[in-house]
Amino acid sequence: MRPILMKGHERPLTFLKYNREGDLLFSCAKDHTPTVWFADDGERLGTYRGHNGAVWCCDVSRDSTRLVTGSADQSVKLWDVQTGTQLYTFNFNSPARSVDFSVGDKLVVITTDPFMGNPSTIQVKRIARDPADQTSDSVLTIKGPQGRINRAVWGPLNKTIISAGEDSIIRIWDAETGNLLKETDKESGHQKTISSLCMSADKSHFLTGSADKSAKLWDSRSLTLLKTYQMDRPVNAVAISPLLDHVVIGGGQEAVNVTMTDRRAGKFEAKFYHKILQDEIGGVKGHFGPINALAFNPDGRSFSSGGEDGYVRLHHFDPEYFSIRM
Amino acid sequence: MAAAALSMPEIENKAMNLGIDLSTIDFDNIVLPPGDDFGINSDDEDILHEEEAPEFETGYGNVIVVDNLPVVSPEKFAKLEGVIRKIYGQTGVIKEGGLWMPVNPDTNMTLGYCFIEFNTAQEAKEAKEKTDGYKLDKSHIFVVDMFDDIDRYMNVPDEWTPAEIKPYEAGDHLQHWLTDEKARDQFVIRAGTVTEIFWNDARQVRPDPVYQRQYWTDSFVQWSPLGTYLATVHRQGAAVWGGKSTFNRIHRFPHNQVKHIDFSPGERFLVTYSSQEPSNPRDTHRVVLNIFDLGTGKLMRDFKGSVDDFTTGGSGGLSGISWPIFKWGGGKEDKYFARIGKNAIYVYETETFILVDKKSYKVDNVVDFSWSPTDSILALFVPELGGGNQPARVSLVQMPGKVELRQKNLFSVSDCKMYWHSNGEYLAVKVDRYTKTKKSTYTGFELFRIKERDIPIEVLELDNKNDKIIAFAWEPKGHRFAVIHGDGPRPDVSFYSMKTGGITARVSKLTTLKAKQANALYWSPAGRFIVLAGLKGFNGQLEFYNVDDLETMATGEHFMCTDIEWDPTGRYVATAVTSVHEMENGFHIWSFNGKLLYRIPKDHFFQFQWRPRPPSLLSPEKEEEISRNLRKYSKKYEAEDQDVSLALSEQDRKKRRALQEEWETWTARWKQYHEEERELRLQLRDGEASDDEGSQEQYEAKEVEAEEVLDVHEEIVD
Repeated sequence: MRPILMKGHERPLTFLKYNREGDLLFSCAKDHTPTVWFADDGERLGTYRGHNGAVWCCDVSRDSTRLVTGSADQSVKLWDVQTGTQLYTFNFNSPARSVDFSVGDKLVVITTDPFMGNPSTIQVKRIARDPADQTSDSVLTIKGPQGRINRAVWGPLNKTIISAGEDSIIRIWDAETGNLLKETDKESGHQKTISSLCMSADKSHFLTGSADKSAKLWDSRSLTLLKTYQMDRPVNAVAISPLLDHVVIGGGQEAVNVTMTDRRAGKFEAKFYHKILQDEIGGVKGHFGPINALAFNPDGRSFSSGGEDGYVRLHHFDPEYFSIRM
Repeated sequence: MAAAALSMPEIENKAMNLGIDLSTIDFDNIVLPPGDDFGINSDDEDILHEEEAPEFETGYGNVIVVDNLPVVSPEKFAKLEGVIRKIYGQTGVIKEGGLWMPVNPDTNMTLGYCFIEFNTAQEAKEAKEKTDGYKLDKSHIFVVDMFDDIDRYMNVPDEWTPAEIKPYEAGDHLQHWLTDEKARDQFVIRAGTVTEIFWNDARQVRPDPVYQRQYWTDSFVQWSPLGTYLATVHRQGAAVWGGKSTFNRIHRFPHNQVKHIDFSPGERFLVTYSSQEPSNPRDTHRVVLNIFDLGTGKLMRDFKGSVDDFTTGGSGGLSGISWPIFKWGGGKEDKYFARIGKNAIYVYETETFILVDKKSYKVDNVVDFSWSPTDSILALFVPELGGGNQPARVSLVQMPGKVELRQKNLFSVSDCKMYWHSNGEYLAVKVDRYTKTKKSTYTGFELFRIKERDIPIEVLELDNKNDKIIAFAWEPKGHRFAVIHGDGPRPDVSFYSMKTGGITARVSKLTTLKAKQANALYWSPAGRFIVLAGLKGFNGQLEFYNVDDLETMATGEHFMCTDIEWDPTGRYVATAVTSVHEMENGFHIWSFNGKLLYRIPKDHFFQFQWRPRPPSLLSPEKEEEISRNLRKYSKKYEAEDQDVSLALSEQDRKKRRALQEEWETWTARWKQYHEEERELRLQLRDGEASDDEGSQEQYEAKEVEAEEVLDVHEEIVD
């Protein structure tokens, strides 16, 4: 498996997202400009210029016309995917950490960081069909959890919002009322900051990665712990294969240790685990810094990883990958 | 227990009698008066009581009593006082008004004794040691005692009572681990505050826990050389543990602030060492060494002194002792132990714990010595003296009798190192010599054949004698040795044999492996196999090499590996990353031929040690017979192996099937939900039909050709 190295960002990668067809790959980095690539050959298509801070997260609409990005410049921007023009800017008074389109792309859930005395929030905005009608009103605002909320996504049928963050607790909220429905307990839950959360294609289950060196698989309706994947390093990024019963988990270590780590130590590998058996299948080396972002192509035949080293590595699986027997 | 375990109904009855409603009482809120245990001993209390009673300072530690003085009249009082002052003024400083000679008030005569107070207890002790038995004249021989001891002597009963003979208690079966049916080996690990002992269960490909205990030791643990005991080290002393099922404490060896311990090779004695920082920074450290009998736990002899007395050569300094200070000799019987001093070697025998022939063995300028591992033969090294006028020398000395068996003079030597073969058959001396210009050194070996007549010596020089020697190791139970030599990042490894050719055996080279990433050699305890390891700078490269067939069996890597140890049978190899650095801590277990069996990561991993085994009881002939008929014996074990692996894979299959089934029930439910919600989802999407989140339906890739005029340029062509 020979990866395609995509060098377009000048700072560490933060997030990767494929569109529904899997022909476009959107990447976010700390260098202010989200970039779109051909997911097949890694050719750079264009950038979205306008943010004035690190871009933490993005999401693309189902029809691949709209891109939404959340940035540390305290704004969330809506873009036209094809032309790269800014359609609208939601302004906040603290950095925006995560964005996620709802089913039907009419709503977007945004999380903002605790900043200058403001607590962290989860906000739901309505996305108008015509950008001219767009307003900045929040449909719903949830406050409460302590610390940064690293990820908030829509649950099945837009009925719930699932959030996870620094306080290591996963919470399910009612998307209508903003009431807390469920949260993880001490025993089954993570012990340290949850860094990433990835929904399965049918939204029935999701995977979380945490600094406690584990990744956990949960039922998104009942919030039951299904599986735990034990790693030997903090987890920064997770992804679920849409095709096979595999998950891929990437990590690194605390920033203080990075300079003391030899690349050969294998800490910067993307590790594949069998989703059901929880056994390690293998690893993909290459990055020379921690992996910050992982994404599977919706067809399950390729995946990409983004690292602290500023590279996106696009991997098309070899035919042998599809015949792995466990 | 006074209130021997009341049962619940009894408590209820009692409460009824006293008119107390039990349900109103919150038992957790009852606070007992501190310091009262109501006659109920806590579990660890007797341990506390067993601890040594603290020493009380009476404040008279610096006072001595001198008895048997002449009885004098007041006229002569001053004169006697003068004499005493003169005698004791030599040994220390008498405190002002610190000399008191009591006088009989009736006769005005002195009572024949006096008290002397010194500045320090140290001085008092010294004064006692020096002047006890001092002859003032024929009839007045001083009897000197410490003031603190008088009480003790007073309490000695006048009548002798026979010592109580304790009934015999059957001891624990200390060798029980050797009777393991699967013939597995044990090892101990220390990670964080926990010390754990495991069976190495290679068949199940995992360690099988035996015993675990938190805060078992204050600094480290150590197996005794034959594996009978595990020693732990504490502030108050050392302890040894062993037994059949769990690890019980066998003996405790009190020694305050103990720092190092060392077992004699035959497990008869334990040496403990501590050094104490002096109160006066100009003084040297005080060193205490105790030798205990492991069987009885009794202190056999102690050695005290300043650290200088126990260090030799120029490498002194504050903590310049090289452990172990005492080296044990005389094979497994632990007959002798010896230490090196200035211009002498002190050899003690364990029958009496005094010097052999009651005096030290004088060797001028001796800097190093070592015992043969099997015989009472000392090898010692004396460096060059007088700018080369007196050559350096290595000699072999037989104990007792101090007979010099062999001696070899060596010229322009910078350093020497001695390597005994574990059977005591050979001694290799690595000699670093100066080149003619004295600017650099080169290395050669002097090989002694101890068991042959007259102890022939052979000189071996490497093919390239300028090569640096990085490591040297004898093959246990064999006749070969390995050397890593060379400069630069990829040294060579050479193997030599002591047994080649006809009747006159000569050393010969077997092979040289070029450019290996190795800096350490680990022979299998059974010989034949060796691990060439690249530790530290080489990041843990491992090569498993078969010296019989001169071929590499396997290579491996344990990244950052710091320690390697073969199990005592030579079947497995453990490689470990200990807490020298924080990363990658843990250990791996390999088979002898380099197959990685399992790996266990452990944070804050400090120690890995295989439990040693006593030597085999089989005679060499018997062993050979077994290895000849190995096929016959191995059948049984192979069958067992197969059974286990079948059972394992069966277990594995079952587990997998269970997991798979569990997962299927989940996904079935999800699918059902998904179907049920299809309509709602469609609505949310404004009726967009496809329900696939991914792109299972193929999108059409159309190739569109588009032309664009970039520039029009006209050029006139002639």
